Amino acid sequence: MSEERTRLRRLEPAAIGGVMSREAANFRTYWKGTTFSSVLEPVVYLLAFGLGLSATLIDDVDGLPYVEFVGTGMVATAVIFSSALPAMFGTFVKHRFQNTYDAILAAPVDVEELVSAEMLWIGVRAGIYGCVPLIVTMFFGLNPAPGMLLVPLFCFVTALGFAGFGIAMAAIVAKIDQFNYVTALFVTPLFLVSGAFFPIEGLPEGLEIAAQLNPLHQLVELVRGGAFGYEAIDLVRFASLVAFAFVMWRIAVNRMEKRLID
Amino acid sequence: MAAIELRGVVKRFGPITAVDGLDLDVPEGICLGLLGPNGAGKSTTMRLLTGQALPDAGELRALGHELPGDAKAARAEMGVVPQLDNLDVDVTVEDNLAVFARLYRVPDVGAAVDRALDLARLRDRRRDAVDELSGGMRRRLLLARGLVHEPKLILLDEPTVGLDPQIRTELWTLIDDLRSRGTTILMSTHYIEEAERLADEVAVMTQGKIISRGKPSELIAEHAGRETAEIYAPPDRLAEARLTAEAVGLRVRPAGPAIAIVGSERANGEAVPADAVIRAASLEDVFVLLTGEEAE
Repeated sequence: MSEERTRLRRLEPAAIGGVMSREAANFRTYWKGTTFSSVLEPVVYLLAFGLGLSATLIDDVDGLPYVEFVGTGMVATAVIFSSALPAMFGTFVKHRFQNTYDAILAAPVDVEELVSAEMLWIGVRAGIYGCVPLIVTMFFGLNPAPGMLLVPLFCFVTALGFAGFGIAMAAIVAKIDQFNYVTALFVTPLFLVSGAFFPIEGLPEGLEIAAQLNPLHQLVELVRGGAFGYEAIDLVRFASLVAFAFVMWRIAVNRMEKRLID
Repeated sequence: MAAIELRGVVKRFGPITAVDGLDLDVPEGICLGLLGPNGAGKSTTMRLLTGQALPDAGELRALGHELPGDAKAARAEMGVVPQLDNLDVDVTVEDNLAVFARLYRVPDVGAAVDRALDLARLRDRRRDAVDELSGGMRRRLLLARGLVHEPKLILLDEPTVGLDPQIRTELWTLIDDLRSRGTTILMSTHYIEEAERLADEVAVMTQGKIISRGKPSELIAEHAGRETAEIYAPPDRLAEARLTAEAVGLRVRPAGPAIAIVGSERANGEAVPADAVIRAASLEDVFVLLTGEEAE
């Protein structure tokens, strides 16, 4: 034990990369099903809302064809459903049922690195899958625009925040069925009042202010900015998403340390 | 320098004291068996050594690293084989090993995986998913995963718990091979035979403390003497035989449907019935006498 020792610091790329490589190895076993559903869902939604609602009830919203309004908004729903839910259920299952985290934390990986890696992996995945509705909407008439190139980044940052939220919830709940409360109280309201399906300006004043604080609403506005032209306020929107991701990261690390270290 | 040094370590979970002033030294190059009943504090001791549990009091060092502050560096040099199978079942054998080679910062992941596959004798199953392996293969893989970075110290937490005898023997062969190569091993177990076969020294643990420690032969000589007399008879006769033996100062323990008079070589003819089965005293006798628990 006299030889030179490796110095181990906080947030080591090797530890984070190692945890992400585990996620990648698992993802290779189920990517087909995930990709299939992430493509099919927006197609079904757009057929229902676009060809159903817009043909019968709604022609356009804020000067946009309803199909394009919903298609750009659905990016946000794709992001929350491919980040918050996998983070909640995945973390819970890996911790309580598979004992995966016991194995990882027996290696030179700490809880901060573990949580960071899980958030990054979910962020990357949701950043990619979040773009699928946008691509599908192009087949329904949405014109490609250079500003859309930033959409994966917006999706990634938002997904980081919701992944942190999901991981923190997984650390807090005692039983898996308690996720029903989380979904009903947080996830569903957040996605319904995000402005994905209708403009939040039509909501009662109090609810509209609450919706403005919804990170998903900021994402919806950024995606529409990418498709139809950015505004100066979009910089503030992006900064708020970065802040949301940072706060959720710290909360997730804190809750998981309490859960994983006796 | 000892590979593991614990001084006065205490770990509480609410009102329960799982580890209660534990002192333990594990010299380099030996296999120490931590033998104790369920709930003795063995697994908590293992978690304290990996930094997955934080002590309420006491000092811990592993491979020269202060714990829990320097636990991450200590973990880089130790391998852990858990009690529960936590392999990724949908992933291939080699990917399971490669992930941990990366987590342990092994420079040549491919070579480390090949070495671990050879150790686990799973080279021809490397591309199979783990859920296609037999129970014995999975346990060998779990062991190989903990050794993928060639650690100086191995923590084996109940390595063969719940396994059938054939798989247990396979694992023992692998562990014995590591021991013969001079790797330091701390192995918790509640199987007497496992401790007897594999451990250079055995520490008997109960209620969070080490109550006796030594080579198996030393422990037997100290606590159980040379011989044990087992008596198989109806309950009323067993009760009578127990009273007779205890009256002359012999220690008696339950042994399933029988009773065992420990240190029977010290008895006069009357204390040990003529039909008693005389055998050499064993570590099981020591374990039951010291812990009051039935052995497995």
